[in-house]
Order: sequence, then C-alpha cells, then structure tokens
Amino acid sequence: MIALTDQPFDPGALLAAFAKDRRETGAIATFTGLARAEQGQTHVLELEAYPGFTEAAIGKIAETARSRFELDDLLITHRIGRIGPGEPIVFVATAASHRRAAFEACDFLMDYLKSRAPFWKKEHGPDGARWIEPRPEDHADVARWD
Amino acid sequence: MARVLLFGPLRDVAGWRERDAEAASITALKALLRAEDARLGEALAAPGVQVALDQAIVRGDAALGPRSEVAFLPPMSGG
Repeated sequence: MIALTDQPFDPGALLAAFAKDRRETGAIATFTGLARAEQGQTHVLELEAYPGFTEAAIGKIAETARSRFELDDLLITHRIGRIGPGEPIVFVATAASHRRAAFEACDFLMDYLKSRAPFWKKEHGPDGARWIEPRPEDHADVARWD
Repeated sequence: MARVLLFGPLRDVAGWRERDAEAASITALKALLRAEDARLGEALAAPGVQVALDQAIVRGDAALGPRSEVAFLPPMSGG
C-alpha cells in the first residue's frame, strides 16, 4: 500500500499493523527516514507532491520491487506538507519469505524515493527558503539497480 | 478551458499554483503563459521541465480538450 499524508505518523504503529497476521512471511525489513535539523539550518522541510501522479509513479516502482524481489507485500508511507526536525518523513516496510529479499527491496525502494520520486522539496532555514535537488550520491545510489 | 498546475520552484516564479487557461494545445498554452509572464515562459522552457497531460507525461505537443489538466513539473527532488 502507498500513502501520502500531511499528518505525522508513528512508524512503530505502522510496522505493528503491517506485521500482523502473516503466516508465510519470514522477514520484514523497514526503513524510517527522519527530517534532520542540520544544526539549525533547517527549521522546516516542505514537501510537495502532485496528488494522484505521485502515488501512481511510486506505485509503478513498488510493482517493480514486488516482482523483482518476490515480495509478499510492501508498505510505503510518505509525508507531504510541512515537516519539523525529528519527524518521520518516510516509512518503508517490505515483507518476503527470506531476509535478503526484504533488505534489498527496502534499499531499492528508498534509493528510488530519494532520487526519482515526484516530490519537490523546500528547506526553510534562518536565511530563508531554498529548493533542494537530489545529491550526486542519490543519483549514484539509484543507478546501482539499473 | 484547460486547468494549469505548477509545481516546485515554478510556483515561486509565477506567484500562482493553479489557474484556468484557454489554449488548444500545449504549445499554444506555453506561448500564452510566456506572453503574460516572460520569466515564467523562460522557466517553463528550462531543461528538465516535464509536462503532464491528465497525469501522464507527454513529450512534444498535444491537443488540449475543455477539461484537460496540464501540469508543469520541474526536476523532481525525491522525498
């Protein structure tokens, strides 16, 4: 399932719900991304999505992950709107029969989300606001899977 | 009448997020927006700006219907 939300979420609660009532899944890997304060340089992070389009684009890559890593299931929850330091931005959970597939799928999904997902990100700091683009490392990370 | 949506830095350039515009094609729409706001016209023509028509990326020109939704998408930042 893929969800965008403008409300804070609890990664622990998401994991508990995701892990419930599974009989054939042997492994669940999760990743939680938090907004960094950057030593006071970032007061608020603002994430913008294109409703419908962004979910569809993430859905396509989720389907790729599902078949490539033979996942039982996956969950992606992503914040949009204004996010304060320390708040979770993204939560990814992948369920598979065995750990390697779960780990790799989680890594794959995060590399995509950090570099190619249709979001626009603005950092509000003490000197005003600026739009952020992916770092070269983000592009290199996602290229590992091509 | 097409619905026009701007995202990311394009909104800051234009000073609006969403509006209606009368244009028969994407090329005509870009020309209209450029005529009204040269800075926005330049920003829309910048490399890496993609156009989505009814939520699907289009390359080149396409005809617009009365209820078309056209979104201008600057380079995406990831989450």
